[in-house]
Amino acid sequence: MSIVIRNVRPYGEDAVDLVVKHGVIIDIVPAGTGTANAEYRFDGEVVLPGLVDLHTHLREPGREDAETIRSGTQAAALGGFTCVHAMANTEPVADTAGDVELVWRKGAEAGYCDVRPVGAVTAGLRGERLAELGAMADSAAQVRVFSDDGKCVSDALLMRRALEYVKAFDGVVAQHSQEPRLTDGAQMNEGAMSARLGLAGWPAVAEEAIIARDVLLAEHVGSRLHVCHLSTAGSVEIIRWAKARGIDVTAEATPHHLALTEDLVATYDPVFKVNPPLRTEADVEALRAALADGTIDIVATDHAPHPREAKDCEWAAAAMGMLGLETALSVVIETMVDTGRLTWREVAERMSTAPARIGRVADQGRPIAVGEPANLCIVDPRTDWVVDPARLASRSRNTPFAARTMRGRVVATFLRGQATVLNGVLQ
Amino acid sequence: MSDASEMRAVLEAADVARALSRIAHEIDERTKGADDIVLLGVPTRGVALARRIGARLAEIQGHPIPVGSLDITMYRDDLRLKKARALLHTEIPTGGIDGRLVVLVDDVLFSGRTVRAALDALGDIGRPRMVQLAVLVDRGHRELPIRADYVGKNLPTSLRETVRVQLAEHDAEDAVLVGAVTA
Amino acid sequence: MRHLLSTADLTRDDALLILDTAAELARISDRPMKKLPTLRGRTVVNLFFEDSTRTRISFEAAAKRLSADVINFSAKGSSVSKGESLKDTALTLQAMGADAVVIRHGASGAPHRLANAGWIESTVINAGDGTHEHPTQALLDAFTLRRHLRDGEGDLTGVRVTIVGDVLHSRVARSNVLLLHTLGADVTLCAPPTLLPVGVDTWPCTVSYDLDAAIADADAVMMLRVQLERMNAAYFPSAAEYSRRYGLDAQRMATLAPHTIVMHPGPMNRGMEIAADVADSERSVIVEQVSNGVSVRMAVMYLLLGGAESGIGGIA
Repeated sequence: MSIVIRNVRPYGEDAVDLVVKHGVIIDIVPAGTGTANAEYRFDGEVVLPGLVDLHTHLREPGREDAETIRSGTQAAALGGFTCVHAMANTEPVADTAGDVELVWRKGAEAGYCDVRPVGAVTAGLRGERLAELGAMADSAAQVRVFSDDGKCVSDALLMRRALEYVKAFDGVVAQHSQEPRLTDGAQMNEGAMSARLGLAGWPAVAEEAIIARDVLLAEHVGSRLHVCHLSTAGSVEIIRWAKARGIDVTAEATPHHLALTEDLVATYDPVFKVNPPLRTEADVEALRAALADGTIDIVATDHAPHPREAKDCEWAAAAMGMLGLETALSVVIETMVDTGRLTWREVAERMSTAPARIGRVADQGRPIAVGEPANLCIVDPRTDWVVDPARLASRSRNTPFAARTMRGRVVATFLRGQATVLNGVLQ
Repeated sequence: MSDASEMRAVLEAADVARALSRIAHEIDERTKGADDIVLLGVPTRGVALARRIGARLAEIQGHPIPVGSLDITMYRDDLRLKKARALLHTEIPTGGIDGRLVVLVDDVLFSGRTVRAALDALGDIGRPRMVQLAVLVDRGHRELPIRADYVGKNLPTSLRETVRVQLAEHDAEDAVLVGAVTA
Repeated sequence: MRHLLSTADLTRDDALLILDTAAELARISDRPMKKLPTLRGRTVVNLFFEDSTRTRISFEAAAKRLSADVINFSAKGSSVSKGESLKDTALTLQAMGADAVVIRHGASGAPHRLANAGWIESTVINAGDGTHEHPTQALLDAFTLRRHLRDGEGDLTGVRVTIVGDVLHSRVARSNVLLLHTLGADVTLCAPPTLLPVGVDTWPCTVSYDLDAAIADADAVMMLRVQLERMNAAYFPSAAEYSRRYGLDAQRMATLAPHTIVMHPGPMNRGMEIAADVADSERSVIVEQVSNGVSVRMAVMYLLLGGAESGIGGIA
């Protein structure tokens, strides 16, 4: 059986019909001319390769009250994603082949998008000894990204060993760059605002010092390194320097760090508490510029669901993290596309192609072309919508964009030719 | 409140002076030359009136009369009905009020609620042997069983009218004005 | 303004209204009958998540002198790690019909949450939150400064106040810098650089690392409590070194101008930031600060709760 996805504009260019059979694009013809057994009609919306998130917290196993693999992948599909990388800081930690296979299998069962488990770098995220990285790489889950995210691999020797070891199976270490001693008890970006609000400061240097160390380590041992959630202008400078030097480093920025500043902390509403913390206007601008010029390779959501009680409290007691999957593309449209800083092809590169390449995901992040898998995200960039936390697919409600008007709505998502979302509704 | 220009004067400066002088004489007569009188004015204009009556009484009696002020804001029964107000000054003369004859002084006697609040305030400060009330104008319409011992002028008014006392200490000149409530 | 959360929210007129009201109320403390009927039938809850007997007693005395019903709710032990307790406690207080909640909490911003999260409708008075603010302490300090240096009237234009010690962790310093600046005073902060927050350069004050220079022409010197655990966290090498460089001893006190007063929010570490000779000297107004605290807190409660709406913020 074949389908035609009628009247969509690949990368915002000329309108076409995509003819899909057995999950593969078999023909691309001018709009209105494609024929197939069934059709999905569109209205000239933009079609991108299905988005790939390199940084998602699905919380299962352990915190199914906050999110499950099913609810998290539903949120992903609604956000236009066809693949997410599930971070390892679950309970128990995903640090063995068995753990990652469980996540991988549950993702496949849910069927809303591909779930690629991230393996822990160190056993139990304890930062003491390496987890069984090779076993995870060789498992059915085919783990290629390893991260202690939530915690930093702060021990320099352990980080060196991890960078070296994963070369054997073309893996990458995704570092959560946070010098632990400099951020002991830290609550928000350190600066004029933290001084005024009396919240313990989280200095930019705590992130930058680790990134600087890690790029030098990566250079020394000839490994590739991925840096999670860059949040400061200084971090951008270090990555830029490292890339100019030929170091094999990639970097991500989250939608919230592209959109929000520390000024929101003045409300003391913990929905704005996140790790790394929201920074200054200048940092936000540096991240946008770096994403535009390619210094920052990808946008990754760091989707971090938390149950209501973890945010319905005083700031210091609250958990760190924000929802991101269902709002990510809208943030990128508002901050990068509408401002003329990224073309749609570049959006596809930052949110699909590059993350798939970093994660070594073979059949994701592919171009919209004949013979390629029909993993597609169809977005109407002209429709505004208002975020109602109660209507999100995520089990959690901790979006920092509640009641905000967002730019651009995902109208449909296709995973290997199967619609997971149509008319903005989960299938 | 009506604009002063739209109000008519019922007492002019000379009338006010005469009324206050008469009150001072009456206090002297009615208290039979008591030497323990304390005058307490209710801010704002009651204080100025108390000072003037006190000065006149001192002339009559030949010795200084203690004069003070008594803010009643926190004792008002309509406190919760309006926005919280700034407090006015309370100044109890040295020697206090215990066992003394206190004459409360206010500008206009109307519902009587101010006087009730003043009596409550007084009770928290001490125990006078007697409390009397002097007012420049009694405009009627009492809502409580309260009457004045000394009245400068009885002024029958309608409830729709406003009465305003002007004193040189606070205003351009002494006068008592009456105007209709516009609206 | 329904709540008192930060001195940053007070205009000069608001602050003067509170100080003038406190001055009137202070006289009531001198008479035999110290009680006013103003808040009869109103319920004030002292919600203390941290031990602070002196602050709690001060608020309790203030509320009782205004005839409010006072409920002391010691929630100590409800640690920050069990964060939901603030919300649950708030819901309990709402059910009890609290008109005002006086909250002391170890977490910065907890009073803001209480006031704005929609858990309760009560007026919230910040009695010290984490390392953020302690507005009534700053008001009582301003009251004390005004009484000694400006005859109890007007603002503090031109008064030079030097605040010495652990500014980084001090809610008293934050509230004072903002309020004293609003009232026209010139504030100097003096501390070792480790105990000043990054970003202090944006505050409306000057900063000095040299105590002798900072107190040379001060009209008032306010010493802050320094906690010894800061030493373990390497903010300074030793108590002895701290005391030598940033402590106010008799020798340093002798260099002050004759009119200069010495303040301390308490509790003091005698021998650490302040020598006993200084604390007990004629310059010390530390005991008076305590009694002024009751008057200032009465004024705040009266203005926030006495009328149908708050008297602070846009005076008629």
